[in-house]
Amino acid sequence: MSLAVEVPWGLILALKTLVVLAVIPLGALILGYVFLLKMMSHMQSRLGPMDPGGYHGWFQLIGDGIKFLQKEDVMPDGADRRVFAMAPLVVVMSTFLVFAVIPAGPRLVVAELDVGIFYALAVSSLSVVGILMAGWASANKFALLGGLRAAGQLIAYELPLILGVVGVVIQAGTLDLQGIVLAQRDGEIFGWGGIGNPFILTQIVGFALFLVAAQAELTQTPFDMPVAESELVSGYMVEYTGFRFLFFFIGEFGTAFAFAALASTLFLGGWAIPGVDGTAADVLGPVVLLIKVMAVSFLIFWVRFTYPRLREDQLQAMAWKVLIPIALANIVVTGVLKVAF
Amino acid sequence: MTATTPGFELDPRALRHLADAQVNVELDTGDMVLNIGPQHPATHGTLRLVVRLDGERVVAADPVIGYMHRGYEKLTEFRTYPQVTTLINRIDWLSSFANEVPFIWAAELLMDIEAPPRATWIRTILTELSRIATIYLFLGEMGLQVGALTPAFWAFRDRELVLNLIEAATGGRFHPNFNRIGGLKDDLPWGWIAECRRAMRRILDGCDDFEDVLVGNEIFEARTRGVGIIPAELGAAYGVSGANLRASGVDWDLRRDGRPYLAYPELDFKVWTHPDGDSFARYWVRLQETREAARMVLQLLDGLPGGPIMAKVPRIIKVPEGECWVETENPLGQMGYYVVSKGATGPFRVKIRSASFSNVSILPWLLRGVYVPDVVTILASLYFILGDIDR
Repeated sequence: MSLAVEVPWGLILALKTLVVLAVIPLGALILGYVFLLKMMSHMQSRLGPMDPGGYHGWFQLIGDGIKFLQKEDVMPDGADRRVFAMAPLVVVMSTFLVFAVIPAGPRLVVAELDVGIFYALAVSSLSVVGILMAGWASANKFALLGGLRAAGQLIAYELPLILGVVGVVIQAGTLDLQGIVLAQRDGEIFGWGGIGNPFILTQIVGFALFLVAAQAELTQTPFDMPVAESELVSGYMVEYTGFRFLFFFIGEFGTAFAFAALASTLFLGGWAIPGVDGTAADVLGPVVLLIKVMAVSFLIFWVRFTYPRLREDQLQAMAWKVLIPIALANIVVTGVLKVAF
Repeated sequence: MTATTPGFELDPRALRHLADAQVNVELDTGDMVLNIGPQHPATHGTLRLVVRLDGERVVAADPVIGYMHRGYEKLTEFRTYPQVTTLINRIDWLSSFANEVPFIWAAELLMDIEAPPRATWIRTILTELSRIATIYLFLGEMGLQVGALTPAFWAFRDRELVLNLIEAATGGRFHPNFNRIGGLKDDLPWGWIAECRRAMRRILDGCDDFEDVLVGNEIFEARTRGVGIIPAELGAAYGVSGANLRASGVDWDLRRDGRPYLAYPELDFKVWTHPDGDSFARYWVRLQETREAARMVLQLLDGLPGGPIMAKVPRIIKVPEGECWVETENPLGQMGYYVVSKGATGPFRVKIRSASFSNVSILPWLLRGVYVPDVVTILASLYFILGDIDR
């Protein structure tokens, strides 16, 4: 089905860019408000912000954002100025790039790539570069320690992340995210196709691996030693203030949003609703996806606010000695079963 | 010093090495010198640690103290005895009431006055309450330092109940200034005892929560077990006291083993020890101590005697000539006062032996060879209050 009106490609491109530019900060805002401000407060017997905006402090984060924009742009004396200024942009950019391939409906996808998941995982690891840049350019020992920790950690957890997804790719037979969603929608559980076949059922190990590795990629507790507030006082972002810090903040929650969206697309069936197709799916798809994203984010943040953090060496040991062997075993088992059935 | 922990012996060469104290750390090159503090969240106060790092590993650590030195020992010489409590309240500001007790006790010993039983029992209750208020914060804070946000807020929430009780009884949340030589300023307010019972039950529940969320957590265990082991003899040689020493297996508690004071001889309580001596043991011992303190308060409330709360004391307090050393088991460890009186209205000389000062003196030894995250774990598990170090 094509649109009745011919729309010039430039307009479509502008619209797509706008959508991506709007979705990330919005997603970051929603996650920040719902989980950081409200869920965490609830877990800790507090109310969180209640006044800004009138209803349960919904305006708080926007107000914070406005405040950050007014702040003086402080740059440390010894900083490598250009790298220092670029680092937050690189971090946020990687988040934006991930979003380009996540489908929210049969036709609602910014860029439909044949190697979508490959691309998404590749650009998501770009943020390491930004973090390393921030840590190095800040001319601060705490920031440097944090940046190096982040680099080591993100490289170590890139592997389980990718290997955890390989099972899904084998099962779906495609690297295209849209194709993976369709494979889940059209799948059957022992001949019953009522809810399709979300890959979480067969790839529960892969899902767990993906969530653990995503937690590490997001540098959230229990893998938050790059920011480690009690040791490194915020690690690589310790010297950042004002809108540059805002970029890191958006990057942090935007990436959480992006990884939750990836996880829902890969394992929970994405936008698909059984029995709904065409334009209706385009309308309902984003809503369904958002619900799943919130559910996955809830898991991510629940862990974040509950657990203590591991030590750097323990984290590496966990990645190389536990997660990667499990992931490899998962791939072998998936491959064998795929051939067998 | 390359001595391994279990077979450690204090040989003079090792001590000389310690005495070098790496003052010239800044002149070295090659390793990275990281300055932790004085404004660093892990030092909760103004402790400064000059740490020489090889990657993430600590080669040498050197605590620099004195940023908060307020000269209380000297100031006491210019105050009258009742005024001194205002100062010593602020030594370990989390357990101010427990600070007052030994000084007042020393003055009473010198004057040969004994507080009436009801005053003694209320003092014991308030001391134990301030013990809970202090250690309870640690139970959450330790989680925060190893990365778990939530327990810290739980700690503040439940500690509020205890602070409210202290406020209701004394009028001050942090600095009660409630002790008088020969007794107390006031009796307990109406309804306080029932409220206290309720709060203690809540505290006991809260301890269970901490046990669930931290003690049983694999990551917490991984972060604390085997980290910062203090061998018993070495700890004792450094003057480490309180729960830090009991966690190394030394069964020593001044409430039971020292010169009898307050109502402790009449109480039935258990002194908890742990054989391991690591950060986990310190957490565990403090958790048990909080429970024990809550049970002790319940016990004290049951047996609270009646009667006056002030002994007969002259209007202007003059302490006869003499000297006196007292020591008590404060939340952070052994707290001692050496009071010298020349018969005036104020002390001639007061020497304060505070627990944290001795407890952090073991840091250079303890921090050698650990990772940066462990520095924070060890600092948190030793649990010092800066005011208690610097006075």
